[in-house]
Amino acid sequence: MSLQGPWAVLSAPGLLFAALGLAALSMPFMTLSANRIVAGDGVLAWRVADPSATLPGLAAIVAGLMLGLPSGRTRLHLAGAVLGLGGVLWVLMQGASALLDGAGDYARVSPSVGFWFLLVVLMLLMADALAAMTPRPLLRAAFLAAALVATAAILSSGALSDLSVMQEYAGRRDAFRSEFLRHLGLAFGSLAAATIIGFPLGILCHRRSRLRNATLPVLSFLQTIPSLAMFGLMIPILGWVGTTVPGAQAIGIAGIGFAPAFVALLLYSLLPVVGNTAAGLASAPAAAIEAARGMGMTPRQRLMRVELPLGLPIVLTGLRIVLVQNIGLAVIAGLIGGGGFGTFVFQGLNQTATDLILLGALPTVVLALVAAIVMDILVELARPTQTVTQ
Amino acid sequence: MIEIDRITKVYDGAKAVDAVSMTVETGTITVIVGTSGSGKTTLLRMINRLEEPTSGEVRINGESTLSVKPHILRRRIGYVIQGHGLFPHHTVARNIGAVPRLLNWPREKIEARVDELLTLFSMDPAQFRDRYPAELSGGQQQRVGVARALASRPDLLLMDEPFGALDPIIRARAQDDLRHIQQRLGSTILLVTHDMEEAIRLGDRVAVMDGGRLVQHATPAELIARPASAFVADMVGNVERPLRLLSLIPVSEAVEDGPAEGEPLPAGSSLRDALSACLWTGRTAVPIHRDGTSAGRVTLDAIRARAGLHE
Repeated sequence: MSLQGPWAVLSAPGLLFAALGLAALSMPFMTLSANRIVAGDGVLAWRVADPSATLPGLAAIVAGLMLGLPSGRTRLHLAGAVLGLGGVLWVLMQGASALLDGAGDYARVSPSVGFWFLLVVLMLLMADALAAMTPRPLLRAAFLAAALVATAAILSSGALSDLSVMQEYAGRRDAFRSEFLRHLGLAFGSLAAATIIGFPLGILCHRRSRLRNATLPVLSFLQTIPSLAMFGLMIPILGWVGTTVPGAQAIGIAGIGFAPAFVALLLYSLLPVVGNTAAGLASAPAAAIEAARGMGMTPRQRLMRVELPLGLPIVLTGLRIVLVQNIGLAVIAGLIGGGGFGTFVFQGLNQTATDLILLGALPTVVLALVAAIVMDILVELARPTQTVTQ
Repeated sequence: MIEIDRITKVYDGAKAVDAVSMTVETGTITVIVGTSGSGKTTLLRMINRLEEPTSGEVRINGESTLSVKPHILRRRIGYVIQGHGLFPHHTVARNIGAVPRLLNWPREKIEARVDELLTLFSMDPAQFRDRYPAELSGGQQQRVGVARALASRPDLLLMDEPFGALDPIIRARAQDDLRHIQQRLGSTILLVTHDMEEAIRLGDRVAVMDGGRLVQHATPAELIARPASAFVADMVGNVERPLRLLSLIPVSEAVEDGPAEGEPLPAGSSLRDALSACLWTGRTAVPIHRDGTSAGRVTLDAIRARAGLHE
């Protein structure tokens, strides 16, 4: 995408981001409400606090959006995105304390549509700049680590502790920690179990096309069951197992709780793991396989030295799909007592407390994003030859 | 010595290879030539048991190939395929060292062997050892493929259309290289091709296959002079037979004393080259030089006398 004539000095995406960003500034930036349940009133960005307090932040947002404009200056775009995000954060910090001042003991402030819109626009600007810089995998990992450290530092500094979602957190510190661990346990545990079962199954499917033709349709069918129905189905099935199989209850198998959620996630995970393992192994060039046989490799040596290394990026892509999918799906475990961030989401839904829903939803989104980026880096590192010059 | 003894392969009732017997002497190149579907590749693949014979057997130096496990057998037999089949995720050195590694050679011995082979194929080890196959030209990939097959000093080298993916100029050079390396190492080679030109150029003996049967197994000169059937004559190309015959005879066999005008030919040329020089420059004789000094001449009459069967 490039502009013509005198406009060519401007970056087309940059123009779009600037227009959207300025439009976002005209929407309510924060919401002030009398308590955590009722709907609040929107407040524009320059009204959230005294102008002398918000002005630096607003200036940084506008300047950041403008830095995204010049064509082909990716470092400048990146700097603009960082500056803009800093400005958004500044206005949010100023607004949180200023709005609460004298608003009553139960009053709550939350980021509103303008904030989220600006956040998305500036992150898109950043993503666009980073994509154009095509950083090497390790540099990308460093960027990710820096972003996570910065986020953690801001959250733990207390600068945002006046926000409603942080107040929900403050009352549930211990629960948050244990549900976080539970969520990780569900997502990574089911991934590990799916790998232990699905990886050998994928290898067998690669070796025997009849097994493949029988297995993959069944796994595809499991994938089509809607997630709510799947979690619901697990209740009677595992409930029956728990009450009839001796010892099952002792290891925690029951109709509700961790076990049915875990099994449901596992079933969803099998298709990507088995399918991608089989597809990855089949992706090795036919001539290389023929040469491997012809030089006297045993089937096992062929698998370990040729098929697996060449198919590893595709196998890892399968694990990436599973991990991101399970982090999202694990939210539904909250519905059947399986724990995880879903617990907050469903509590929030029951109490119509939007910020409690966010306390469950936001960490889930961040977790899924981080998992996707980390897995992408691993997939790239697994590529057999990184420099191909023909 | 490789003895192929009444070997047969039946697919779904049809005989792909039908009771083929032939003997390959140690240190020679035998080229199996035929049209597609003639069974030539199946015959080759039964020797290292990538295909199991329906009946019959192959003996290498008197020992039946059926007496060892297939993967052990294959480690003793080099195998080169069309499109080289190099491992794209391994460096040149790891590709060449693949079979020695399967045989658990010590690391220093493998490294020394890799460098030795790269040098033999005129590729500087320091420059090429750590490259990946995708970073090589087609001709270099093909050479690495042959070097890999030779790495463990196999009893026998099987080559299935090894030059099929190369363009004509690179192919001619690869054929010359193979000849030189085979003469230096004394390797025994069985090579499959559909190209009679390649068969005549490379083969000490040529085996012609048709419909799963071996129709003639002879030296190239014999094949051209006395084709066993109309099919063989067709493969050789009736019109070109005199030229093919001349291309097999070095000028040194027809050289005589006497003067001749014009540009001399080296003594390693063939009579076909000499004929070509005569016709192109309108001479009736060309001078022959050996190591820069005159070694006599070859006349058009002498060439004519060798260009066919004049009984």
